[in-house]
Amino acid sequence: MFLKDYIKEVYGAVKSLVVGMRRTGYYFTHHKEIITEQYPDNRATLKLADRFKGEVVMPHDENNEHRCTGCTACELACPNGTIKVVTKFDITPEGKKKKAIDKLVYHLELCTMCNLCVTACPSDAIKMAQTFEHSVYDRSKLTKILNNPGSKIMEGVE
Amino acid sequence: MWSLSQIAGSIHEWLSTTFNPTIALILEMVIAGVAIIGLFAVLGLVLVIMERKVAAWIQIRLGPNRVGPKGLLQSAADTVKLLVKEGMTPDGADKFLFNLAPFVAMIVAMLLMAPIAFAKDFQLWDLNIGVLYVSSVSSIMVISILMAGWSSNNKYSLMGAMRSGAQIVSYELSAGLAILSIVVLTGSLQISEIVQSQANGWWLFKGHIPAIIAFVIFMIAVTAETNRAPFDLAEAESELTAGFHTEYSGMKFALFFLSEYVNVFIVCAIGATLFLGGWMPFHIGNWEAFNHIMDYIPSSIWFFGKTFFLIFLIMWFRWTFPRLRIDQLLNLEWKYLLPISMVNLLLMTALAILGWHF
Repeated sequence: MFLKDYIKEVYGAVKSLVVGMRRTGYYFTHHKEIITEQYPDNRATLKLADRFKGEVVMPHDENNEHRCTGCTACELACPNGTIKVVTKFDITPEGKKKKAIDKLVYHLELCTMCNLCVTACPSDAIKMAQTFEHSVYDRSKLTKILNNPGSKIMEGVE
Repeated sequence: MWSLSQIAGSIHEWLSTTFNPTIALILEMVIAGVAIIGLFAVLGLVLVIMERKVAAWIQIRLGPNRVGPKGLLQSAADTVKLLVKEGMTPDGADKFLFNLAPFVAMIVAMLLMAPIAFAKDFQLWDLNIGVLYVSSVSSIMVISILMAGWSSNNKYSLMGAMRSGAQIVSYELSAGLAILSIVVLTGSLQISEIVQSQANGWWLFKGHIPAIIAFVIFMIAVTAETNRAPFDLAEAESELTAGFHTEYSGMKFALFFLSEYVNVFIVCAIGATLFLGGWMPFHIGNWEAFNHIMDYIPSSIWFFGKTFFLIFLIMWFRWTFPRLRIDQLLNLEWKYLLPISMVNLLLMTALAILGWHF
């Protein structure tokens, strides 16, 4: 009985080792499917994964309109104070006051690309961009204002 | 036809006609020493780049590809870097032993080169106990590792050295028993006779299943003896930083590194000699035409081809299997490899006595 278990164990171990070696052997013989990106050389054709998180941006449409309502959900969601929402009050045609963003300040130097602000945003106003060449000579250049100058909120976004 | 033994013969002839016998002998020794050192340098360069390329391809990467054509000169560039680096000796270290250890490692590797038959009639020293010599001299290796670990005065180094001691001492047993099972078949410890006995077929094929089991055990045991993954507890980068050579830098580190690769080459050469027929071409029974074609390939190419195939196998192990824990390591040896190789040796002896092998 003991001997049977022993032989079984040895057989199982050898089999699993062979399975592992077959896998790596397959990779060795099929070295065409290389995952290495030779970055500075293929800069023009570089394709990043969809989930890659480079920096937070606010997309604008052709009329220079964004979807941000100034609800500050992103500012509250941010764990290290990267986003600061500066709000103002617009006067609507009906004469009512309406909250809107003046500036959405984004500190790239503090950002850890955790994506919490993007998931917190109720109106999909911000997203993660695929840019990653962020180095600059002056730290102040890393503080960005995400909404374009003169932009306003898109029609129908509450 | 071109062959290494002819070159050696003509050099010997020229030396013995030009000088008197004593000077000729000394000159031959010097030439052999220089050739061995040259082989070491070439092996270091080739094996390091081979290892890195194999590792990269197995992990679906590219590997070194910048220096030289397809990155083939990368290890030469690394060697130049190591040569110009400062060889530090820590303050708390035992200076003499610390500086001696890498050279002991190197000298052991050099001694092991002596009985290896690189090609037909091309061998430095064909002593009648060749296999015994190799297995005994290779255990001196552990002394250099212990020396390095102890004299570094660093707890990680010492831990790595101690682990390596336990490991090498225990795995030597099953390696020895695997070697013995071939010695039982050939009835000789002399390398040239072991190779000659495989003229009509390699022992791996002639010895039936026991020879295959012995071959597998031999490969596992020598992987452990040369401190390579999955048995690299002595270095264990993620646990002990680098184990016994943590404190070494520059050329002294390079000597350890080189001796590791040379040891891999040596154990693979021994494995190729014992199981795959050394420099003997691949022959099948009575197929005269086939055997003749195989004879046209030079014996040195056969030897190096087999050896590099085994080296590739060991590299394949390294990049496939995870590292064992120390208790798993000793379990594997004492509970599995040793009993199996003992039973296997018994089977092999019965096989040899009854003459069932081809």
